[in-house]
Amino acid sequence: MTSAQITGPILSVRDVHLWRGASHVLRGLSFEASAGEVWVLEGANGSGKTSLLRVIAGLLWPEEGSVQWHGDALRAPEDATAVSVSYLAHDAALHDDLTPLENVRDATQLQRVCATEEAQTILERVGVQIADRATRTLSAGQRRRVALARVLLSHASVWLLDEPWTHLDAAGVKLFQELITDKVNKGGLVILSAHHEVGLPSRSLRRLALS
Amino acid sequence: MANFTWFYRLASPPTSYAAAGRLWLWFAVPAVLLIAVGLYGGLVSAPADYQQGDAFRIIYVHAPSAWLSLLGYSVLGVSAGIGLIWRMKLAHALAAAVAPIGASFTFLCLVTGSLWGRPMWGAYWAWDARLTSELILLFMYLGYLALRSSFDDVSRADRASAVLALVGLVNVPIIHFSVNWWNSLHQGSTVLRVGGPAMPASMLVPLLESFLGFTLLFAALSCVRLRAEILMRERRPTWLQDGLTVSASHE
Amino acid sequence: MRIALRPWPHVFVMVYQRECRLALRRWSQLAQPVVFFIMVTTLFPLALSPEPSLLRSIAPGVVWVAALLASLLALETLFRADWDNGTLEQWALSGQPLAILLLGKVSAHWCLTGVPLVLSAPVVAYALGMPWTALGVLMGSLALGTAALSLLGAVGAALSLGTRRGSVLLSLMMLPLAMPVLIFGARATDLAMSQDAPDAGLWLLAALLIAALSLVPVALAAAVRISFE
Repeated sequence: MTSAQITGPILSVRDVHLWRGASHVLRGLSFEASAGEVWVLEGANGSGKTSLLRVIAGLLWPEEGSVQWHGDALRAPEDATAVSVSYLAHDAALHDDLTPLENVRDATQLQRVCATEEAQTILERVGVQIADRATRTLSAGQRRRVALARVLLSHASVWLLDEPWTHLDAAGVKLFQELITDKVNKGGLVILSAHHEVGLPSRSLRRLALS
Repeated sequence: MANFTWFYRLASPPTSYAAAGRLWLWFAVPAVLLIAVGLYGGLVSAPADYQQGDAFRIIYVHAPSAWLSLLGYSVLGVSAGIGLIWRMKLAHALAAAVAPIGASFTFLCLVTGSLWGRPMWGAYWAWDARLTSELILLFMYLGYLALRSSFDDVSRADRASAVLALVGLVNVPIIHFSVNWWNSLHQGSTVLRVGGPAMPASMLVPLLESFLGFTLLFAALSCVRLRAEILMRERRPTWLQDGLTVSASHE
Repeated sequence: MRIALRPWPHVFVMVYQRECRLALRRWSQLAQPVVFFIMVTTLFPLALSPEPSLLRSIAPGVVWVAALLASLLALETLFRADWDNGTLEQWALSGQPLAILLLGKVSAHWCLTGVPLVLSAPVVAYALGMPWTALGVLMGSLALGTAALSLLGAVGAALSLGTRRGSVLLSLMMLPLAMPVLIFGARATDLAMSQDAPDAGLWLLAALLIAALSLVPVALAAAVRISFE
């Protein structure tokens, strides 16, 4: 939340190489991302967008090159939280047998105490009214919104979002875009993979094409 | 990470492939000679045992394979650990190369043990502590190979099976102890005694020769299999193609 | 910039409670390992003979083999749901020690499957004609043994994440490693039945459990991390 104080790049990715099986997915990729920026990773299916996000998050180990947060090399996944990163994967990390409220609260409680009311408020803000039914009964779009609530509750200064708009209706996409814009204006860093990114603040928009 | 670049270079596929290619002959030739001498000494020259007669001669194969079954698992566990900690692919390749060899020697140890058991116990199998430990060791090798083969992706297979190998390595002494404890509480069968100061030199020297010979054979087989593993894992085989064209042009 | 993280004992308790909540929502599945345990022990009188002296002599082995299989089979799906939906990834990224979170999950699993198994042991013991005097040792050794088996089996369950789903893989990997538990547990029970001192077996089981408690969480965390790649 105070990431505006930090000068210089928050994240630097240097010459990252990654293979998935026999295919060379990331070939010497480098970029630096600073507070107040939105990075959009573009590329066809299979171009390594998800892999790159996972490398940045620390879930995948690059075979060559390095990922540094504030100049500190990433060693283990939990190191990414030194700058408080929230990662939204393809799968929303929601357990089917728990309610949306329980899901987002449990996830947040791993890091800080989170009152039910707080989680409830955020869920309402992302437009999830039925917080006390099993997540199993939710539509794919509603799950995506619950996952967004988790990201919001994390208070992380960096968001890593993998295809955030999938399954969302127009209103949901708009909501996401507003929240991302808001995050960036407050000095956060958002890195997302997307096929289209209409409505993101062009001033702070950076693109990275993967092939 | 940067400090380890020399380490990675040393372990680079072309270097290690070439090294294993040179080494294996250095192991194989003395291995064959020593095994031949040791087995001749053990099976022909050495006198028959006064209690066991000629049946004891199986130890010239049995004892080295028992040793190599354990050495194999140790090499497996240690190289798996190195691969896991330093993310060194060569170590994983070595683990993958050694596992089937170790499993084969374990199997050989069980077969020779049961052949020896027929004249001694009157049955091909008795629940002797050593043989039971070997059997469990064989199961451990099989579990390791089963896990390795159930991944599609080589690097994940390497790392997951490395964890299993390490857990197994910690467990080897525990299993050995528990089986001995179990055995001591029942009417233990005669335990196959190997070596010992009572053995005359005419028996002992061939045994040492065959120990050394089989160990070198193990090393030679490991080198050959390691080369195959390196080839299978190589994603950028340009050095390989270069090497092949060079050797083709020489001929 | 690091968030002041909650202390790990809180998070351990939180994970433990989450697992219990989840398990109670599927309470019918909770009974499965116990039912399996009782069924397997029923097989032996049917397959051999209901002769009391025979049953008595094989009772420790039968109970322990059944408990071993029930523990391992119950672990098969321990991490599957949380792995599939990405919860384990979030745990790994939470900044909390992953080993502690996973240990919380395994502890809850043992309380929900291992403890009922221990509690149902008197029924099985009675059916097999075990003397009442051996019951304490049987239950004590089962409590120690199933805890060690849960820990050990959890490593297998974590390692088999992302494999082509072969159902025997977990048992194939873990049965050889579980043999010391079986040996110590069955032997302690056997000695107790014949009025001998079972201390050695119980102490050895306790030692195994302590070793597993100290080493398994590290292996678990490593195995789960590998499964993300």
